[in-house]
Amino acid sequence: MPLVFAGVCSHAPGITGRAERADPELREDFYAAMRRLGGEIRAARPDALVIVAAEHFANFFMNNMPAYCMGMAERYEGPIEDPEWLGIAPRTYPGASALSRRLIERIMARIDLAYAEEWQFDHGIMVPLHFLLPEADLPVIPVNINCQGPPLTPLSRAYEFGRALREACDAVQERIAVVGTGGISHWPATPDSGKINEAWDRDFLDRWLANDHARLTAYTDAETWREAGQGGFEIRTFIAVAGAAEGAVGELYFYAPIPIFAVGCTVARLRI
Amino acid sequence: MSLYYVQKLLYNLNRDARVRQRHADDFGDLLKEYDLSEEERRALVDGDIGLLYVMGVNGQILMHYAALLGYPWDDYIKSMREGLAKHGPVRHGLYLTTDGRGAV
Repeated sequence: MPLVFAGVCSHAPGITGRAERADPELREDFYAAMRRLGGEIRAARPDALVIVAAEHFANFFMNNMPAYCMGMAERYEGPIEDPEWLGIAPRTYPGASALSRRLIERIMARIDLAYAEEWQFDHGIMVPLHFLLPEADLPVIPVNINCQGPPLTPLSRAYEFGRALREACDAVQERIAVVGTGGISHWPATPDSGKINEAWDRDFLDRWLANDHARLTAYTDAETWREAGQGGFEIRTFIAVAGAAEGAVGELYFYAPIPIFAVGCTVARLRI
Repeated sequence: MSLYYVQKLLYNLNRDARVRQRHADDFGDLLKEYDLSEEERRALVDGDIGLLYVMGVNGQILMHYAALLGYPWDDYIKSMREGLAKHGPVRHGLYLTTDGRGAV
């Protein structure tokens, strides 16, 4: 079936772990937008949710770092972080190993994709799923794009990965939704945590909502690092979703800097 | 330069309960398995978040080690600022500070 849904959202651990310290009105508006995205995923009646995230050394380290990896497990557990620290209780999400395998085989025709039959979810996946799939009742297929340990995959390849993912999703019988998670500009886990370049974020979102391949892939990593921090490298997940929804333009459901969450909180979808 | 192994140790601690148990039982014995400089070993034994930050430990790894050691969020951010004041700029990696002000 053709891909049935494409969206993006933030995943910063403070969203749940430091919830009580945010402006309540802003926080609840953001949470409502996250739940809206979750409701729209369900309304698209997917058989599985592919979640394209940028993990933070939960499963992958510099001894053997894949640029792209897709999960092929029967189930996934998380959070790998202290549940109290993250504000999310441990839980298990069902996987879809046979479907994963078919998608991986298809994607491999265009992208040298790694796969993993073991995968512990960190906040990059747990925080979005906390809102999007609160009942953990839809099979999940995780994808990681290395955004932490350079060298990093070029932005043009992230878009191409999205195209390959779309082709694979369109080729299988199942209905598949895809969500990308990550920050736009942010400087997490530094003394600058909470700094957000709103102008840079809004310019990036203009490019993403227009699904403008040329402008989305025009950034150099040096520019991104300077203007958007090391957290800005996670735009790769948003760009991959744009690639998966090439030709579709988007709608922004929520954007607001919430400094104690350490990111400009974002919820958006592309109308495929 | 063995920053790689400092980070590998913390990566293993963050993701493996058995390694955390060894950390709790006999951290010195666990450290013998990693090729560390004396400064790195001391920073780990002392739980010196500020020095580990300045050495260039990736923030996403260090953040969870600070949590494991019981640092409340604000104290963790403060420790990095104190590390910069005491030891100078971050020596390696991507997790440099800019203005150092942040949200706390």
